[in-house]
Amino acid sequence: MTDVLAVQTKRRSRLRISKQLRTPLALTGGVIVAFWLLVAVFAPLIRPFDPLAQDFDRLQAPSAAHWFGTDQVGRDVLSRVISGAQVSIPLALMLVIFAMLIGSVLGAIAGYFGKALDETIMRIADLVFAFPTIILAMVIAASLGPSLTNAVIAMLIVSWPAYARVTRSLVLGARNAEYVVAGRLLGNGPFTSLSKDVLPNVVSPVVVLATLDVGTAILLLSGLSFLGLGAVPPTPDWGAMVSDGVQNFSSWWIAAFPGLAILTVVLAFNFLGDALRDALDPRSQEAVQGRAL
Amino acid sequence: MPESSKTALTKSARAGLHPLARYLGIRLGLTVLLMFGVTLVTFTLTNLVPADPVQAALGEQAAADPAIVAQFRENAGLDKPLPVQYVTYVTNLLHGDLGTSQQTRGAVADELGRAFPATAELALTAIVISIVIGVGLGMWAALKRRTITDQMIRVVSLIGISVPSFWLALVVYFVFFSQLHWFPGSGRLSPAAIPPPTVTGLFTVDSLLAGQVDTFLDAVAHLILPASVLALYTIGLLTRFARSAILEVLDLDFVRAARAKGLPGRVVVTRYVLRGALVPIITVLGVAFGSLLSGTVLVEKVYSWHGLGEYAYSAATKLDLPAIMGVGLVVGFVYIGLNFLVDVLYGFIDPRVRVA
Amino acid sequence: MSASGITIQGLTLSFGRGDAEKQILRGIDLDVPAGQITGLAGESGSGKTMTGLAVCGLLPAGANVGGSIRFEDVELTQLKQRAMNEYRGAKIAMIFQDPTASLHPMLTIEAQLIDHYRHHTGASKKVAKQRALEMLGLVAVPSPEAALRKYPHQFSGGQLQRIAIASALMCEPSVLIADEPTTALDVTVQAGILRLLRTLCDELGIAIILVTHDLGVMSALADTIAVMRMGEIVEHGSRFQVITDPQHPYTRALIEALPDAADAPDAAHSPDTSSAANAANASDAVPTEGGLS
Repeated sequence: MTDVLAVQTKRRSRLRISKQLRTPLALTGGVIVAFWLLVAVFAPLIRPFDPLAQDFDRLQAPSAAHWFGTDQVGRDVLSRVISGAQVSIPLALMLVIFAMLIGSVLGAIAGYFGKALDETIMRIADLVFAFPTIILAMVIAASLGPSLTNAVIAMLIVSWPAYARVTRSLVLGARNAEYVVAGRLLGNGPFTSLSKDVLPNVVSPVVVLATLDVGTAILLLSGLSFLGLGAVPPTPDWGAMVSDGVQNFSSWWIAAFPGLAILTVVLAFNFLGDALRDALDPRSQEAVQGRAL
Repeated sequence: MPESSKTALTKSARAGLHPLARYLGIRLGLTVLLMFGVTLVTFTLTNLVPADPVQAALGEQAAADPAIVAQFRENAGLDKPLPVQYVTYVTNLLHGDLGTSQQTRGAVADELGRAFPATAELALTAIVISIVIGVGLGMWAALKRRTITDQMIRVVSLIGISVPSFWLALVVYFVFFSQLHWFPGSGRLSPAAIPPPTVTGLFTVDSLLAGQVDTFLDAVAHLILPASVLALYTIGLLTRFARSAILEVLDLDFVRAARAKGLPGRVVVTRYVLRGALVPIITVLGVAFGSLLSGTVLVEKVYSWHGLGEYAYSAATKLDLPAIMGVGLVVGFVYIGLNFLVDVLYGFIDPRVRVA
Repeated sequence: MSASGITIQGLTLSFGRGDAEKQILRGIDLDVPAGQITGLAGESGSGKTMTGLAVCGLLPAGANVGGSIRFEDVELTQLKQRAMNEYRGAKIAMIFQDPTASLHPMLTIEAQLIDHYRHHTGASKKVAKQRALEMLGLVAVPSPEAALRKYPHQFSGGQLQRIAIASALMCEPSVLIADEPTTALDVTVQAGILRLLRTLCDELGIAIILVTHDLGVMSALADTIAVMRMGEIVEHGSRFQVITDPQHPYTRALIEALPDAADAPDAAHSPDTSSAANAANASDAVPTEGGLS
């Protein structure tokens, strides 16, 4: 019977979500994200030149031959921006997914089992929260040594606690719900109970958080690369390319285009995440349907 | 709330302390604990994580000389067990010893001390800009909810949290300094200006204290571009947060009750709504300030702003590990301290904490 | 005492337009005379609260109002918000269900008692404070002088509702709308609040609109009772008549739904019980926690 109910609510909420997501902002976000995903997938086919080849005159302004100009060692900026999509987007998505998995599993364990496990996990999370994000990521990435892998590890370390906190509080709320207790009384073990009864109710807020995080992850990753702690030259990373622009200030195009790439992709993910949060937030639901009734 | 603070609460409750004192005591205890946690993190990252801590601490050149290495190992007590090393580390910290920069060979603590006021001035200016604009926009959006205005403000705030600040710094520098010459480009003062005598280290405050109006105006002009770039992200953050906090309050009974008393809308908003939303807004200010501090690392370089951020940038690009750890430690401490201040403020604002 | 009541004629209320239009009130006629307590009964969603809010001009944005609400020869439905502010709080006051929520947690009692009084009368702080002390005395809040300096969290629910009533009385209103004034309170303090309302009505000649789903409260306090269902008044008559001899099947269903239906008519068997003591006794006799909805 619980299953039937669950299916019904799920179906209803899915209907509502698809309707809610048809806002101009969400559509804009969706189109831009789709555009960049296609760029990332087909990058080798659509980039006009080899992003690593130093074949051209240095520091050429944008022209018909090089739409985005060339950089300080004579590489085609457009090709590098296109290839940059293959670096930032998959890494950011992967990062968010792993952070979500690690964070929510640890958070669920902390919330469900409590006691020493809870204390240990949450105090470690507190430590991470004691630093501003980029600072901690910078410190960790620096001591691991500069590389994309290490930057991603550093970012994982700073991003899982947010998921752990959210999941923990949701699990704490759900753990004592009647249907969970009923499940336990019917003889479900703790892991069955956790995975079958508790987690399904925790998933959607955590997924919203993850969607909202993709943009932040791209910003953070490009920030680390800008600091020289992420992508190592000559990898065509957007953040590193902006950093090249700082060294060659008068050639504005070196930094302008990769920066625009970061901005559009982050903005698009944030548009999507924002719409998704609105769609899943019961309060804004109620508000849409006419409040105070 | 951790277990320790719960027991602390019951204990001091028995002791009959004033609730505010009790609250502040607990927050202070947690703050000190967190600060120790921060040193544990930097200790781990300095001494355990790097493949070769000696090289990380000494730099490549010095690490090639066996005599220097042996001397260093002995001085640093690297042959001792880890807990002893940690105690040594914290003792050094307490004496203001944050190690030596590989780049400059100077004491990290001194260099950070010189850089700190510049960043403080920049971050304080940016937070003021963010609060005024962010809370203002958030309130406006909340009062106009689900109108075109609300939507536009939402887009603005989403742009604010999506712009890579290190890129925006360049763009703004290029447009408003290189092209338009509206604002001075780099540094905290024009070369011709006379730096005010140091009192607080903040040029704007010090110049006013010394009565140097020209220097003050010059310092303000230099602040505008970097502070605005830094503020954009926090404006986006605060707008969204203030909007939802105010919306939440608008739905509360006491707002309806205030309207039922026939008070004009302006009074209801300022006296009742804003006051009710103050606590959540203040709570998020700590986070906002943290993101400002992070932002300086990415922004200061472009404006040759000789603060913590520029220091961290050059340390990071040169992989100067002691300097990077120093920044991490100082920023972590400042951030924790600020969040403690937020807690204190919260305690004073909310009568439920302040009054028995 | 000045005696002006409220006359409602053909009041309609809806939200939305066209197909999405939702009818909330479908033509309410109700006379609320001075010096009487007029009860509005009905389950949640029947429109009773909306009727109260309409009188105060506090309907949510997007409400379409039709019909007439007259007070002192003024048509309230035609007033702009600014003009309505002259009446709200001054001549027409309102108290809400949950006093812990309807008083601002971060303002002192004094601030909340005198702000609208000073706004409406232009009185000095000193005069306003004197008035506030007087009103707190009238509603029997112990040690008014000290109470003024306190914050809402330092009082119990019952005391807070007294303070809310004092706040409503500050400007000598002719009409008081009480929206579920006892629902959020402990059963033990409900009687006191009801007794207070009765006294105010009798001694100050105020017209009170009592909105409640609780027929127990209603039968103890109201002079006349209007039973609402789906936006219409299905039955309106004296308390005695409505409780003992309900005409409409819905009213009968409501009365039978009371936990001990046999007692309810008893409590109201003498229609002229307008004294506070009787009202209190009656409400003691009727278990109030067993309401509808």
